[in-house]
Amino acid sequence: MILFAADNVTKQYSGHKALDKVSIAVPEGKIFGLLGPNGAGKTTLIRIINQIIAPDEGALMFNGRKLEPGDISAIGYLPEERGLYKKMTVGEQSLYLAQLKGLTHHEALTRLKFWFDKFEIRSWWNRKVEELSKGMQQKVQFLITIIHEPRLLIFDEPFSGFDPINAGLLKEEILAQKEKGATVIFSTHNMASVEELCDDIALINKSKVVLDGSVREIKKKYKTNTYIVSFNSFDKPLESILPPAFQVLSEFSDADHRHATLKLPIDATSNDMIRLLLPHVTIYSVNERIPNMNDIFIQVVTNREVSEN
Amino acid sequence: MKKIFLIIQREYLTRVKKRSFIIMTILGPVLMAATIIIPIYLATQTNELKTVAVLDETGIFNGKFKDTDNIRFHYLTQDINTAKANFTRSGDHALLYIPKTEVTLPNNAIIYSENNVNINVKSHIKNVMSRQLEEMKLQARLRELQGDRENQVSVDDILRSIKTSVDINTLKIGDDGKESKSYTELSMILGMFAGILIYFFIFMFGSQVMRGVIEEKTSRIVEVIVSSVKPFQLMMGKIIGVGLVGLTQFMLWVVLTFIIVTAVTATMTSGSATQTATEQLLKQNQVNIQPEGQQIPVTPQKNGDELTEVMDAIHSVDFPIMIGSFLFFFVVGYLLYAAFFAAIGGAVDSEADTQQFMFPITIPLILSIILAQFIIQDPDGPVAFWLSIFPLTAPVIMMIRIPFGVPFWEVFLSMAILILGFLGTTWLAAKIYRTGILMYGKKITYGELWKWIRYKN
Repeated sequence: MILFAADNVTKQYSGHKALDKVSIAVPEGKIFGLLGPNGAGKTTLIRIINQIIAPDEGALMFNGRKLEPGDISAIGYLPEERGLYKKMTVGEQSLYLAQLKGLTHHEALTRLKFWFDKFEIRSWWNRKVEELSKGMQQKVQFLITIIHEPRLLIFDEPFSGFDPINAGLLKEEILAQKEKGATVIFSTHNMASVEELCDDIALINKSKVVLDGSVREIKKKYKTNTYIVSFNSFDKPLESILPPAFQVLSEFSDADHRHATLKLPIDATSNDMIRLLLPHVTIYSVNERIPNMNDIFIQVVTNREVSEN
Repeated sequence: MKKIFLIIQREYLTRVKKRSFIIMTILGPVLMAATIIIPIYLATQTNELKTVAVLDETGIFNGKFKDTDNIRFHYLTQDINTAKANFTRSGDHALLYIPKTEVTLPNNAIIYSENNVNINVKSHIKNVMSRQLEEMKLQARLRELQGDRENQVSVDDILRSIKTSVDINTLKIGDDGKESKSYTELSMILGMFAGILIYFFIFMFGSQVMRGVIEEKTSRIVEVIVSSVKPFQLMMGKIIGVGLVGLTQFMLWVVLTFIIVTAVTATMTSGSATQTATEQLLKQNQVNIQPEGQQIPVTPQKNGDELTEVMDAIHSVDFPIMIGSFLFFFVVGYLLYAAFFAAIGGAVDSEADTQQFMFPITIPLILSIILAQFIIQDPDGPVAFWLSIFPLTAPVIMMIRIPFGVPFWEVFLSMAILILGFLGTTWLAAKIYRTGILMYGKKITYGELWKWIRYKN
């Protein structure tokens, strides 16, 4: 089931289009990655989902019907530009923000106590925010984002500002939220975390969605029929024993073996490649090179720029 | 609605809990009380012998004003015009004139003097007069009752029927023998005071709104909040919350100043003015009232304002209108300007960038104060009229005019236009605010602001 969908959303600011007919569909209970270079329009889209700004055109659906102002309480949002009131104590502030999301004072207090114990930050309750380190503040912010148990969580660059230990903790907590049934929209530049966390993605570049789908499908689609073969030393160049349709992308030797990256023609399989090599060399291993999200990101974004210019 | 209340609550509580608020709240009344008390104190300290000429057309008070340590009374028999004409040459401190009344007992008097009348003199005269009048009324009442022993009349009824308050007007006699009401001076003071108070209030709390918005923007909490509430709610919540802080501070100032002034003046005068009250005495002898030969002491008319001449003269001012319109212009004027301040806070990244936008907003306010001198000289002129209708200058200028008496329709017109102005600026400010708070690191020009105003939604 699709929890949130944007259909042909356009947002125009004087002079430029921030979003141009953008459509995304976020399945319920999944982690959805919203990717794209700086200034692509991710934050604009996220603000539209949060109803901070309204789109010029296009429809927004939540839970099978039109997105309504009341849905705000079903959404938790951790913005990229985030902060807290410096002069307010952690406790007061958390209570205030939780109540703004629609919790009663009592509910907010009970839940906050639970989470403060869970994160072992109970002692921060009466401290002013300005006394906390940046990492500590981020923890409080994360907690405030999830305190009203929203169905849809939106994290904009959640890992920036976290050290590796806390980033790990955060990652676990995001996955735990997914386990509980929450849907997550997750915007980031960090492609490694996309591969670890995301089920689906949409890549936005220059105000348009240029790539979307499940991570597995996308990776499959971007496979280039390239293999890394390791074999024993062999004194002739590989090109001499392979038909010209087989490209040798790179080759290097270490103390034991030679390793070559081969790009096969579209109709050839790994078996064809092995058959051609077997008469000449001893093969130790064959691995398909699967593109990572980082490569795909760069490829999609730069290709587009090349084709446009 | 619940959310806007939460915002108001936060804005209010975080500010009133600040140390600076508490200090200001205590320091303000102390300073204000000092400016009221010190002149009174100085006035009561003078031991100089003062002579007062009494011209009593009624004859009731003849010989009733007894000399005290520093007041000497002498009685005149001329008519009032001669007395006034001779007054400047006589060297008397004041001339007390009790005009003849046809049917009722006299309950007002006029004190003429060259300078301000000494407060002790005035309160002494007032006491003597009301004592005399109460005594006369009491005796008349008791005679009435003696003829009618059947009816039980409660002491309270008697007290109520004899209670007398004496009105004393103070008029100045110039060297030319002409009298002038000193109330114009009071209107000026009152008008200026109210105008300046509104000016400071708008500036002080308007810029608090602006700083609050900038704080939310620079600390980057604003985006978290606007994902829960509409930017307009956040802006209005802040404006109202800060406004309530201002009202609280103002009320506390008034109440604390009043308490301090009352307490201090009461202790200052306790030696001379406290006597056993008629009430108490009568209550003690509840069963048989024996008026004959009994000395009936007098209730000194002890209300805190008795001592201050200003307060006395304030009776000439229409109080409900003065207070009502002050609160109105105070609150709506603040709301109108606070919207501007909020918009500026939303548009800039730091307080240093606010200058270029602050300037045009402060012009009408500063102009109001500069023109105040002129308005006071001619409170009904065309300049005064138009400036008190124009919403940006109305709060200050209208308050300056009101003590002089302004036709109702003008006040209502000014109020109506001010409300329209408030709605207009808030509408405009909300548009700038909601775009500005999400915009970082951009140099904002007037052209840019104009673009923001034209954005849809």
